Amino acid sequence: MAFLSKNRAKARRVIPGFHLSVGFTLFYLGLIVLIPLSAVFIKTFTMTWEAFWHTVTSERVMASYRLTFGASLLAAFINVIFGGILAWVLVRYKFPGKRLIDAFVDLPFALPTAVAGITLATLYAPNGWLGKLLVPLGIKVAYTPLGVLVALIFIGLPFVVRTVQPVLEEAEKELEEAAISLGASHCQTFVRVIFPTILPAVLTGFALAFARATGEYGSVIFIAGNMPMISEITPLFMITKLEQYDYAGATAIAVVMLIISFILLLTINALQAWTRRRQTAGRE
Amino acid sequence: MSGQTLKLKPVEPPVQLQATLEPVWVRVLLLGLALAFVTLFLFIPLVAVFSEALRKGWGVYLAAIQEPDALSAIKLTLIAAGISVPLNLIFGVAAAWAIAKFEFRGKNVLLTLIDLPFSVSPVISGLIYVLLFGAQGWFGEWLREHDIKILFAVPGIVLATIFVTFPFVARELIPLMQAQGSEEEEAALVLGASGWKTFWHVTLPNIKWGLLYGVILCNARAMGEFGAVSVVSGHIRGETNTMPLQVEILYNEYNFTAAFAVASLLTLLALVTLALKTIVEWKTDESRQRIPQE
Repeated sequence: MAFLSKNRAKARRVIPGFHLSVGFTLFYLGLIVLIPLSAVFIKTFTMTWEAFWHTVTSERVMASYRLTFGASLLAAFINVIFGGILAWVLVRYKFPGKRLIDAFVDLPFALPTAVAGITLATLYAPNGWLGKLLVPLGIKVAYTPLGVLVALIFIGLPFVVRTVQPVLEEAEKELEEAAISLGASHCQTFVRVIFPTILPAVLTGFALAFARATGEYGSVIFIAGNMPMISEITPLFMITKLEQYDYAGATAIAVVMLIISFILLLTINALQAWTRRRQTAGRE
Repeated sequence: MSGQTLKLKPVEPPVQLQATLEPVWVRVLLLGLALAFVTLFLFIPLVAVFSEALRKGWGVYLAAIQEPDALSAIKLTLIAAGISVPLNLIFGVAAAWAIAKFEFRGKNVLLTLIDLPFSVSPVISGLIYVLLFGAQGWFGEWLREHDIKILFAVPGIVLATIFVTFPFVARELIPLMQAQGSEEEEAALVLGASGWKTFWHVTLPNIKWGLLYGVILCNARAMGEFGAVSVVSGHIRGETNTMPLQVEILYNEYNFTAAFAVASLLTLLALVTLALKTIVEWKTDESRQRIPQE
């Protein structure tokens, strides 16, 4: 403490509690997050490289990656389209029930994933409310990869809406009015004026929805059917490995998923910084 | 660029100018698509939960949620949330104080690390505690010798819940306290208030709504967490089942009415969370409007 107090920064500090708050933050972060997470990497070092590579590239895991990342991408893309429309409607139009819908957008955040899972599975089962309408048309949702997609759309729904909404609210009307009065069509105004403003927010929402979907477990397993090679997602495969007491195998797959999550997290941070720069630049 | 000259704020028109409003058919189409999406993915599932839970009438519903296993699941869920929410609240306040009030190196790294648990799959959040405290884990042997049970017992469930809800309060408070700056605290300190007094009488009233918001979201996740808790719980009926795990067991036993009865309680919790969240948002809007613009 003594050597820190000679620090130049400390001399200017009026607010107390630097050591206490930073110390407690680092201690708690280390204890709850960093030490436990490091266990995943350290456990993997006990495997040989060949064994690790064999585990994370086996046929069944590869099929689960394809499903998890494919369905997550598609779900995030669908959420960009419909979430974007929803944000647009909520910001720009007046209609009855608007505040109610605005509040309900966060339902997938608040509803426990297991509840979402059993509800979607029941709705889309062949005798469920929606399954009854879709199965005669030859569309099977429950217990197929399409079910995985439906669950991932549900849990990713709020992300795009909540990132695009504030940017649309802040967007300057003057630019749009100028474009329209200079003779641009609505379509041109959207593509040339509005879209560039909301693009960073749309991409952030997409990345957030995608990142959430890749790790999702609770809402998917009930509706997926969980057939190996067909409708088995990677998080479920980790559980299967754990239930067979293959801790090393589960951990190896966890490392792959963690590295992908870290890359996504850094991408999201960069995108959010870009969004903020865009917004502040617009105001000056 | 105009330097210090007074900038007049344009008076915003109360209704949107007609020029920027899309043609009627576009508006109707967009509104129709948005409403269809919301109905399909939000409202139908919400109605379905309650409809399935009450399918066999109120008697069966009330019996299902008063069953001993259901009651013990409710109790365990309350214990897990009751421990993890206060701990993460204290952490959130400390982290926000550290990050908002001081400049130090590595702050951005710290911010990213605080967010980590959000980007980790719930299954991995449970797996890490299996690696630490499981029979083959780092502390497995030591725990067995001292007859301490963490995994497949209540402490494991609490730890997994703390991990998944770790960032919630900090995430709400950090941007709020950064935006508020520290002029008010500095004034209090210069006038002779102690550090804790300044915190209780100056900082806390300023951040109370953000704090409440963070606690609400943290609590919802703590009570609803499934994946992480499922890995560490061991699924012992009446002992290590939280409400979401109880829902899973009942559903897998084809006891759909009972599963949806317990699920309906969690859905009510979600609805209360949404209502509180909306109220807090209105309150923060109000207090923001009361702060005079520079």
